[in-house]
Amino acid sequence: MKVIVPVKRVIDYNLRPRVKTDGSGIDLSNLKMSLNPFDEIAVEEAVRMKEKGIVKEIILVSVGVAKAQDQLRTGMAIGADRSILIETDENVEPLHVAKLLKAVVDQEKPDLVIAGKQAIDDDSNQTGQMLAALLGWSQGCFASKLTVADNKIEVTREIDGGLETISLNLPAVVTSDLRLNEPRFVSLPNIIKARKKPIETKKPEDFGVDITPRLKTLKVEEPPVRQAGEKVESVEEFAAKLKEWGVVA
Amino acid sequence: MSVLVLVDYNGDSLDEGSLSAITAALQIDSEVDLLIAGENIRGLAEATAKIKGVHKVLLADSPVYAHALAENIAPLVVKLAGSYQAVVASANSNGKNIAPRVAALLDSQQISEIITVVSPDTFRRPIYAGNAIATVQSADEKKVITVRATAFEKAAAEGGDAPIEAVDATEDAGLSRFVSVDLQQSGRADLSTAPIVVSGGRALGSPEKFHALIEGFADRVHAAVGASRAAVDAEYAPNDCQVGQTGKIVAPEVYIAVGISGAIQHLAGMKDSRKIAAINIDPEAPIFQIADIGLVGDLFEVMPELIEKF
Repeated sequence: MKVIVPVKRVIDYNLRPRVKTDGSGIDLSNLKMSLNPFDEIAVEEAVRMKEKGIVKEIILVSVGVAKAQDQLRTGMAIGADRSILIETDENVEPLHVAKLLKAVVDQEKPDLVIAGKQAIDDDSNQTGQMLAALLGWSQGCFASKLTVADNKIEVTREIDGGLETISLNLPAVVTSDLRLNEPRFVSLPNIIKARKKPIETKKPEDFGVDITPRLKTLKVEEPPVRQAGEKVESVEEFAAKLKEWGVVA
Repeated sequence: MSVLVLVDYNGDSLDEGSLSAITAALQIDSEVDLLIAGENIRGLAEATAKIKGVHKVLLADSPVYAHALAENIAPLVVKLAGSYQAVVASANSNGKNIAPRVAALLDSQQISEIITVVSPDTFRRPIYAGNAIATVQSADEKKVITVRATAFEKAAAEGGDAPIEAVDATEDAGLSRFVSVDLQQSGRADLSTAPIVVSGGRALGSPEKFHALIEGFADRVHAAVGASRAAVDAEYAPNDCQVGQTGKIVAPEVYIAVGISGAIQHLAGMKDSRKIAAINIDPEAPIFQIADIGLVGDLFEVMPELIEKF
């Protein structure tokens, strides 16, 4: 089958973002950007399905700036076959990304979309669900295990309190949780090979999708700063403090 | 125009996050209706009718809604959404699963995990793992909102007397099917709502030590058990114990971090705790920068001693 994996270029997860002093947003200049960690897991899962012979072709789709090509190359170095970049300098919201992805799905007709459960910049956790809604497809969110059989996909989901397994009709949209897999390190030969794989560039207008933002960001501010407290020398003092706070047997 | 809150529950009890979502909804508009959907949930509907401040309870009782499949619940919410200015849900695993599906069907850009209602169209929400707070204003006619439970007081479970109105069930979408569920039966306090949380990190070194030192201490002081991502990945603790950006967000009265360095992703899940206590062998560990009290020491020596003191 054919799989589409949407991927996003985001600030590297190890970095601590700084709020701009004028409160207009986050200062991303000169910061290392990476493939969103959940998307990396999604690509890895698609590649593993290809290695098992379940999947024939993996197409990456990214919506964002021209430089998102770097992240598409990373995904293709993991093992995806080709990419589509929908280029825009606008700040795109999940609903618009879902609409653009739907247009790509209508064109490419995949059997499965594997997205990350959330992007670590806007922390929305919406795009996969929205895409499933727009397509009228089933959805398997926060997946920690996928099994394909008989035109269905069984998805084990991480839910509050434990794990739930559901069975979805294909085509479907699933979103990856952290424990779905451990993405591989990309090797140099694969990075070089990925340079030759095709990236098709499009614009949102090509799909007739209006990406005017629905949410206006009025202000971005630092969260309240916690003051470092005191360090104590002994377990006695530590225990006494906890008891003072109401921790009792 | 009133607000509709999608109420969630676990077994026979209401999800506490839904009570926080009701508080947020009441800050948007004084008229708040609840929707509760499931199979054989009359008793739960009666409990929700007693929540203070509720105008009306809509009860959708049908096998179609058992197990809260998004494909079946979303069309029901969309069908009822016509007369509401906003649809609100708790940002728990069901809310996160269902609300965006509802939002897309309503052509609305959802606002996820709000922490403040500034006005009926303006909200504050954390971004970048809680490293920044954005104030956003929605231009959508119908708002779809999920609420971070720890940011709002819970609505009082008693004091209301709302009428219950049965609503017709929508058809089974036939797209998905529940297979099984595997819930962790710990018998301990619920991590998301417990007043005291004891959390362990990778430094515990083994599931046995995690059990003896973290769970042992937690049980002693009737606390819930949390874990860092590293501890969960190393299988010292089950997935649903994970505290952090990608796990649960908690804000207990007291959070006790043992052998946790304090990575950004972990801090995002606990830095709004009222008091934070940390035990770590590394005096430079970032956790000490936010802890109200810190003890630099080897947890394998400290924890048995600490357990004895309670």
